[in-house]
Amino acid sequence: MKSSDVILQTATKVVFFLIFLFAIHIFFAGHYTPGGGFVGGLLTASAIVLLLLAFDLKTVSRALPFNYTIMIAIGLLLALGTASASILFDVPFFTHAYDYFDLPLFGETSLHSAMLFDLGVYLVVVGATMNIILTIGSDD
Amino acid sequence: MTSVLLLFAPVAAALLIPMLANRVRGIHTGWFVLAVPVLLFIYYLGFLPQVKDGGVHIGELSWIPSYGISLTSYIDGLSLLFSLLITGIGALVVLYSIFYLDKTKERLGNFYVYLLMFMTAMLGVVQSDNMIALYGFWELTSISSFLLIGYWYTRDRSRFGALKSMMITVFGGLMMLGGFVLLYLMGGTFSVRELISMAPELAEHSLFTWALILILLGAFTKSAQFPFYIWLPDAMEAPTPVSAYLHSATMVKAGLYLVARFTPIFAASEVWVWLVTSIGVLTLFWGSFFAVKQTDLKGILAFSTVSQLGLIMSMLGAAAAAFHVEGAAETMFKYAGFAAIFHLVNHAAFKGSLFMIAGIVDHETGTRDIRKLGGLMALMPVTFTIALIGSLSMAGLPPFGGFLSKELFLTGMLSLGELDLFAPASWGTVLLVAAWIASVFTFIYSFYFVFRTFTGKHKPDLLPKSAHEAPAGMLVSPAVLGLIVVAIFFVPNLVGDWIVKPAVAAVQPFMYGSPSDVDVHVAAWHGHITPELMMTIGIVIAGLALFSLLPKWQGLYRVFPEQLTLNKLYDSTMIFAESGMNRLSRSYMDGLIRSYLIYMFLGIVIIGLGSLIAKDALAVSFEGTAPIGPVEVGLLLVLVAATATTLVARKRLTAIISLGAVGYTVALLFVVFKAPDLALTQLVIETVSVALFLLAFYHLPKMSRHDEKRKFRIGNAIIAASVGLLMSLLAMSSVSQRALPSISEFYKETVYSEAGGGNIVNVILVDYRGFDTFFEIAVLSIAAIGIIAMIRLRLTRKGDGHEKQ
Repeated sequence: MKSSDVILQTATKVVFFLIFLFAIHIFFAGHYTPGGGFVGGLLTASAIVLLLLAFDLKTVSRALPFNYTIMIAIGLLLALGTASASILFDVPFFTHAYDYFDLPLFGETSLHSAMLFDLGVYLVVVGATMNIILTIGSDD
Repeated sequence: MTSVLLLFAPVAAALLIPMLANRVRGIHTGWFVLAVPVLLFIYYLGFLPQVKDGGVHIGELSWIPSYGISLTSYIDGLSLLFSLLITGIGALVVLYSIFYLDKTKERLGNFYVYLLMFMTAMLGVVQSDNMIALYGFWELTSISSFLLIGYWYTRDRSRFGALKSMMITVFGGLMMLGGFVLLYLMGGTFSVRELISMAPELAEHSLFTWALILILLGAFTKSAQFPFYIWLPDAMEAPTPVSAYLHSATMVKAGLYLVARFTPIFAASEVWVWLVTSIGVLTLFWGSFFAVKQTDLKGILAFSTVSQLGLIMSMLGAAAAAFHVEGAAETMFKYAGFAAIFHLVNHAAFKGSLFMIAGIVDHETGTRDIRKLGGLMALMPVTFTIALIGSLSMAGLPPFGGFLSKELFLTGMLSLGELDLFAPASWGTVLLVAAWIASVFTFIYSFYFVFRTFTGKHKPDLLPKSAHEAPAGMLVSPAVLGLIVVAIFFVPNLVGDWIVKPAVAAVQPFMYGSPSDVDVHVAAWHGHITPELMMTIGIVIAGLALFSLLPKWQGLYRVFPEQLTLNKLYDSTMIFAESGMNRLSRSYMDGLIRSYLIYMFLGIVIIGLGSLIAKDALAVSFEGTAPIGPVEVGLLLVLVAATATTLVARKRLTAIISLGAVGYTVALLFVVFKAPDLALTQLVIETVSVALFLLAFYHLPKMSRHDEKRKFRIGNAIIAASVGLLMSLLAMSSVSQRALPSISEFYKETVYSEAGGGNIVNVILVDYRGFDTFFEIAVLSIAAIGIIAMIRLRLTRKGDGHEKQ
């Protein structure tokens, strides 16, 4: 899919970062306001899809050299690891922990182990979506 | 607890074996393995004084306490006897295998790992008091037997035999598990001891007979009773040490152990008594009759094992019969239980040695075919002597242990003749006659085995190797067993007091309070002519006569039609099951995704509508629903229009775009209903899937659904409409009648205080219902990998034509 739409390509170069930043924002904000790992992951994937539409597969895979299959594995391990870490503290499987910390720059921030689990979800969603799209898209 | 952990000592040792087998090449791996059974044997010997006086040792390790499942090592007379057999014969077999298996040619690591695995499994079977643990170990013996039979897995016969034994014994094991579950339902515990203590109440229960039959199926398949014995002859493809160990001395006796262990519970049932006795005698007769037909040395021994197992089984049945006799401990009914255990010990000794002899003959001459053998007496004198001891003991002649147990067996059968409790009195007589004839055939095959191999004419040109005496190390184990066979004849009461009586007391607690109550004194000569002695003389005369005439009547076996054998039945069942199942699954798995979707949707509709109607749950009420405003109506109109366009569109691009419109409209509906999370997700999902469609657009086939037959389209329309109807009815009904208060209040209260979050939707995803999310992302990953596999592997397979295999 070779595209040479200059307007689309130029716009994409800016929009991609907007979408990506929004995805990151939505991922972190998820615990208190709308968003979360699932939507964040999908948004990130859609940003990459936009790149794919504007440019072509080769260019995008050179710009973002990720192995999405390994990304899935990392995400699953992270989710499982967060869930099972609770066993080490002698509480039931999947018990989350959270507390409030005073971080520089951010001020008082709540850190939640659910965030790590959500990061796993995020990685799996990005990895799986991109895997599916790239596999189908590159098959000819 | 030590005794529980020691159950796993062999498996723990097995972990080291592969390392040793690879590192230390100079020394045969067997020497390291040998230490395990020897040390365990010494450990179990230490229990003898305690158990002799009726004591028991209980070690317990909690496993799943909430279900009442624990690993228990319960050592009483019966389990100690078996543990000694397992470790004692195990040590001899390992020693023998060191000389039998060549350290340069064989994969010793595999062999000893399987063997040690079996040892743990078998010890677990006989010591577990908890039925679930017992079942687990039981299946582990089947698995290790499967691996050992298939040890030479490049041979077709080995794989066939391994599979056959696995199929039959695992089938029995599952039946047995069913029986255990029924017992649990009746008694509320998995502990055999506790079940025994409530035996009288259990006997009244309506499920009692079912449990009994299921457990007997497990015992009969494992102990190769008629008609399940067919796996044992095929199991002879295993290396000979394995045959000597698993398939004559220990594993096939697990069924006997099970029957003995459960006798205190089931003896109250007449079904148990007659089923165990009759099947036992039938197997005894059948096995001994067909043993004479065999031409393979190990084949003869396999059928002989089947037959001897039947003998012990029938004695256990008679032992249960004693439950129904008033004052059985004072009459001749007391002999059956003793005979069973005593013969079990004898059989392990003489049959173990005979198997090792068969292995030696095979090893030194290169064949086990009795038609090619003969005249080996002069060449292998030591082997011959040991073989003679084993065979004569098996035939029931003095001065060997087999004579004593055969006499006791005949006493037990005579006592059955006097039992007229549940069946016509003549039944006992029939069993007695069958047992006598079987004993004659036992005599014949014992002589057949030893004299056809070692006397007669030597045929060196038929043998693959020139025969010579075996190395000394190989002869040690059979010689030790041979010595035991002779020793038992001279000191039977020593063996009786120390080993047999504690076991008998465990089998027949309804008769004996402690082992010292077992009032059986074994003697070779009772001072007068007994009926048993008369019968034995009759057996010897008839046996000798028939043996000398053997060539005249052995052709009789060829008269039986091959088509009607049980083996044929097994083969055709397997073939039928395989091809039949194949045809069945091919008939509906046609490879078209739309067919599968039809099955799924039909299933959903039938189950959903069915339960809605069956539970009388249909209700439609608009009470408490949000008002429908112009915005909603407008959105719904767009939704319907877009859906309709998707259906009737003639070009795929139109269909894709209108499907996208459906999704975006739904997202807008979410916005109207103030569900930002859902709207956001729906929007992105829709964007990504439209992009995906566009990417895959190039690969999609031409739209052809408008060419489909009208009938097909109407069918699909009906299914689609009913799914829609079902979903609407479900939604309406669940809104109209709330059985439970809404959970959203709970979420509102706890989302900040308990979960430390503000967005309920996301907290549900990552915390409240984290498990769901975890499995969802797992499914997502599997889907991604599946798509990679489908598309990438299809490409590679085109090239190398792997498909046609």
